[in-house]
Amino acid sequence: MEQETMQPIDSQPSGELADATTPRTDASGRSRRIFLFKMALFLNGMVGTVLAIPILGYLLGPALRKSASQNAWIDLGDAGDYPEGETRLASFRDPFTAPWDGQTADIPCWVRRIHGNDFQVFAINCAHLGCPVRWFAQSQLFMCPCHGGVYYADGSRASGPPPRGLFEYEHKVAEGKLMILAGKIPTLASKNCGGPRLTQIQPAASAEAGSGIPSQKPGDDSWPA
Amino acid sequence: MAGMKQRIFDLYGWFEQRLGLGEAITGAAEHPVPSKTSSWWYVFGSAAAVLFMLQIVTGILLAIVYAPTAGQAWNSLQFLDHNIRLGWYLRALHGWGSDFMVAVVLIHLAQVFLFGAYKYPRELTWIVGVFLLLLTLGMAFTGQVLRFDQDAYWGLGIGVSIVSRVPWIGGALVDILLGGPILAGPTLSRFFALHVFVIPGILLALVGVHAWMVLRLGINEWPMPGRLVSKKTYVAEYHKLTQKSGIPFVPEGAWKDALFAAAIVLAVMACAAWFGPFGPTGQPDPTIIQTAPKPDVAFLWIYAVLAYLPANLETPALFIAPVVIVLALILLPLIFGEGEKHWSRRPGAVLMLTGVALTLGIFTRLGTYTPWSPIMDAWSREPVPVACLKDRTPLERAGAIVFQNKQCRNCHAIGGEGGMRGPALDGVASQMTEDQMIRQVLQGGGNMPAFGNALSPAETTALVDFLETLRSGRVPAAIDASRNVAESPGPQPGTPNLPARPGR
Ligand code: FES
Repeated sequence: MEQETMQPIDSQPSGELADATTPRTDASGRSRRIFLFKMALFLNGMVGTVLAIPILGYLLGPALRKSASQNAWIDLGDAGDYPEGETRLASFRDPFTAPWDGQTADIPCWVRRIHGNDFQVFAINCAHLGCPVRWFAQSQLFMCPCHGGVYYADGSRASGPPPRGLFEYEHKVAEGKLMILAGKIPTLASKNCGGPRLTQIQPAASAEAGSGIPSQKPGDDSWPA
Repeated sequence: MAGMKQRIFDLYGWFEQRLGLGEAITGAAEHPVPSKTSSWWYVFGSAAAVLFMLQIVTGILLAIVYAPTAGQAWNSLQFLDHNIRLGWYLRALHGWGSDFMVAVVLIHLAQVFLFGAYKYPRELTWIVGVFLLLLTLGMAFTGQVLRFDQDAYWGLGIGVSIVSRVPWIGGALVDILLGGPILAGPTLSRFFALHVFVIPGILLALVGVHAWMVLRLGINEWPMPGRLVSKKTYVAEYHKLTQKSGIPFVPEGAWKDALFAAAIVLAVMACAAWFGPFGPTGQPDPTIIQTAPKPDVAFLWIYAVLAYLPANLETPALFIAPVVIVLALILLPLIFGEGEKHWSRRPGAVLMLTGVALTLGIFTRLGTYTPWSPIMDAWSREPVPVACLKDRTPLERAGAIVFQNKQCRNCHAIGGEGGMRGPALDGVASQMTEDQMIRQVLQGGGNMPAFGNALSPAETTALVDFLETLRSGRVPAAIDASRNVAESPGPQPGTPNLPARPGR
């Protein structure tokens, strides 16, 4: 076979091929090509920068949206369907959903009807790290399964790691329907971006009618070590 | 036969003439390495690379079925598990491969640290390795998200909540992470792109750089006590060592790598076959709130740390600690680039490694049974132990019902059953007086909510009566010595007595 006569290409004497087109080695030609190359590099930099603008715009798009446009009034059904003095789980379809969101756009929330048209609507997400809180009617507490955050019936923080009370949706009763202003996931940052009206709940049940028992302050020395 | 052999040689020659890689590869494979590096301690890097290859292959195989949309991902996992022949096994291989890869990368890091292999001239190899570790963890996290089940959904919610705490730009970061106002379709697609394109791409490139540097700088020689690394002499010394007592990497140095790689892949296969795939747990339906989300094993320790951090330290710790840890890892070889390599002369390093390993281990262990989480159904699931009801008055038994009914059990265990969020109450009467109990129940405090609004006076009396019967063994009930004083007529009724308990 031809194998014996062949040698790796890179070790072939390069003379003939190279000599065929004698390169222009004069200084002016060389510096011209270097200049052109630098210019081409610069041009690429320009093109890259311009290209980066739409790419960044695309990536940052979700953050540039007006947060006011991320909430809408949502119908939670007849206000009369919520029994007075009770807290019930309700859910709604998020208004800003894509067809492929599936179940993830079904958002639950806790509706507390104090009496008449006096409502409180709490987000499901714990103010600590967002786990779903559960209502316990017997002990009148919301408990979080993750790190043991506990909230009172009015959403104020009772104990555990949450830095504040439950997030609350703005709500109104219109034509007998309970409406809430929702759409965006409630987080501690929501209030920073100014949009969603997720109000901070006043500290514990000072106004709570009934037993008149003052809420405890953290750090009460009550459990013997 | 000889003709056949000749033809294979010819074929090889045809390719080699055009590719010209053979020489380089042979050269790299046969380069001399210090003879003592043929050790079982030196096999973890190559094992990590082999596991990475396994992950790529199984990942691609899963991707041909998986549907990366929020609405269908979970269903497609069910389909993989139940309708595709051996789909479950491929899922199991990928899941176990991931756990093994994280573990092997960590062991590799620990070994390199212990052997001082990050010192001159291998500082950059170590730094690239730190990024490889971070990327591996990134793969583990994003992969857990792609298993789009309940745990993934709420776990991602935790991620979002953490990000939302970043000062100033938290809100914008949340939006970018979610891709929309809620955790839904665009969110999953983002994580899909990260898990399948972005992170593996960077990982592949950096693995290449890492391996190239190992080849170029040589495998770290076996450390000897007293043999100090100095930037002036190290390269020459290493060269002399490999010249004098070196062995060719392939096959004499590498046979253990090869054997270990086979063993570890076999172990992944065995675990996958025996234990099966991870999850998926319940479907990612936010309205199903009966869930206690938990991260995968590689992140359990973070979960535990978050639970134990005091609330006011949380945000700073969340953002400062990771930066400090990564910076420390990166700066390590730049600061300690010379000197002693042997572990017996680096007690600080050994101590630190042990400390870190123990901490990770303990927090991971805690993360497996989450003592800080209330057990949400303990109140309706665990009966009051019979021993606590025997020979009790009707009022005390009514108190036991209050105890169950008010969900006390979710946080307080009796008879070893119940939550561990609060203290177990088996001996509470020996530790607290009646008054203290009433106060504690009604006003809460010390991480316990106040039950004043949830208990009628009658319920409180019954409950405390029941608690008064819970005594450990023969330890007598706690008494309030000041009560006698209070009850005896004092000189000035109406003025407060001496404090019942000395101040804190
Ligand atoms: S998420 Fe609720 S306590 Fe941590």
